[in-house]
Amino acid sequence: MRRRAVIAGIGALFTSACSRLSDSKAGEALLSAAEDWHRKAHRLLGGHGALAREYDRADISPFFRGNGSTNPDSAEYKAAVQNGFADWRLAVRGLVNNPLSLSLADIAALPQRTQITRHDCVEGWSAIGEWTGPQLALVLEQAGLKPEARFIVFHCADRLAGKPYYESIDLADALHPQTIVAHRLNGEALPVRNGAPLRMRVERQLGYKHAKYLTAIEAVAKLDGIGQGKGGYWEDRSGYQWYAGI
Amino acid sequence: MKRHALPTRLWHWLNLACVTGLFMSGLNISNAHRRLYWGEWGFAPQDAWLFVPRFPGWMTIPGHYDLAAARDWHVLLAWPFAIGLLFAWAAMMLNGHFRRDIMTSTAEWRPAAIWHDIVQHLKLDFTHHGSKYNFLQKLAYGTVLGILLPLMIATGMAISPGMDSAWPWLSEIFAGRQSARSIHFLTAWAIFAFFVIHIALVLLSGPVRQIRDMICGGEA
Repeated sequence: MRRRAVIAGIGALFTSACSRLSDSKAGEALLSAAEDWHRKAHRLLGGHGALAREYDRADISPFFRGNGSTNPDSAEYKAAVQNGFADWRLAVRGLVNNPLSLSLADIAALPQRTQITRHDCVEGWSAIGEWTGPQLALVLEQAGLKPEARFIVFHCADRLAGKPYYESIDLADALHPQTIVAHRLNGEALPVRNGAPLRMRVERQLGYKHAKYLTAIEAVAKLDGIGQGKGGYWEDRSGYQWYAGI
Repeated sequence: MKRHALPTRLWHWLNLACVTGLFMSGLNISNAHRRLYWGEWGFAPQDAWLFVPRFPGWMTIPGHYDLAAARDWHVLLAWPFAIGLLFAWAAMMLNGHFRRDIMTSTAEWRPAAIWHDIVQHLKLDFTHHGSKYNFLQKLAYGTVLGILLPLMIATGMAISPGMDSAWPWLSEIFAGRQSARSIHFLTAWAIFAFFVIHIALVLLSGPVRQIRDMICGGEA
């Protein structure tokens, strides 16, 4: 019993030293530098255009788990579900030459990409599904990105703990061929638990980057002033990494 | 010549710090989803091959459940861990430590010779004739350096979605991301098992001298 107490004591000492270090300014800078090295290493090794693996129909999971918000409880969203998202609009705004307001019919009329990919949650689980929608690059091309745009922010209809969900990615991921605005999962309209009527697919990053219940796409030069400035709901709330490729 | 060369000593302590931090932050990450699967995907209890217990705070970094902070530690320490191992292998090949002390000969793999080593170990007789390490030590160090530690890096990279798009063959080698995650978990505990045996044998073979020599080098 004494030995166990000693081991527990050593463990606690190590743990508290670590948390003191990570709470310090230098520690924080080191942790975010490491995140950046991973992003650079991934892009160095695979190139900016490296494709996430695509699978066969036979590999699709029998059910696609929903996580985070699985049924937004605002009156507007419930009403939108009731009328089959007939009035849903996706705004494209910010640093663009022609701001857009797209209906679901406008989105379905664009050239579509269908891809069977694996979704990896930050918690550790994975699911495979077939997603369909236009490439984000195509939507941004229609809107005409201004040269000073550096990030694309996704605004969502759902709120978690009272705060609106949002996410952001850089242009390397925004213009990537597999980054699509998905409106179909496994050949059917996107279910509510998976983000109906529109969600992002950012295939080279973890699940929390794939914003659901998408209402607006905004091009910005920097992420300050959006939410608490860290680039996403979970980044602001719990300190999750902005680059979620690892 | 010293008993332990300088690169060996530097790497030994760097690696201890990294593996300790990676193991403890890894147990915190494990608490986020306490099931393991084989193949590419898995998320439901009926898909799991193992239900993992929740690891208590004293075993984890941070000392309470915090997936974001645990991941921060894990992906930071992955750098000195991987670069350190690369450095250790380069030094070991260049200074002859691998060939001289760790590489085994065919003769050592004879069952009679292996049995002899096991008996010596059980008698707690740690005198080695002719070479620095006996067969079981060479096998243990070789397995950790050549298989278990590199396997942690390879499976860790296979789990990362960014790395998976850069090097898709990596998770294909492990037959899928969830398999790579399962192997990552199993290998971490295999390294822990080595750690326990290693500490026990250090304690049984003159711990003060062993630790002093791993710091100061010691007499050959």
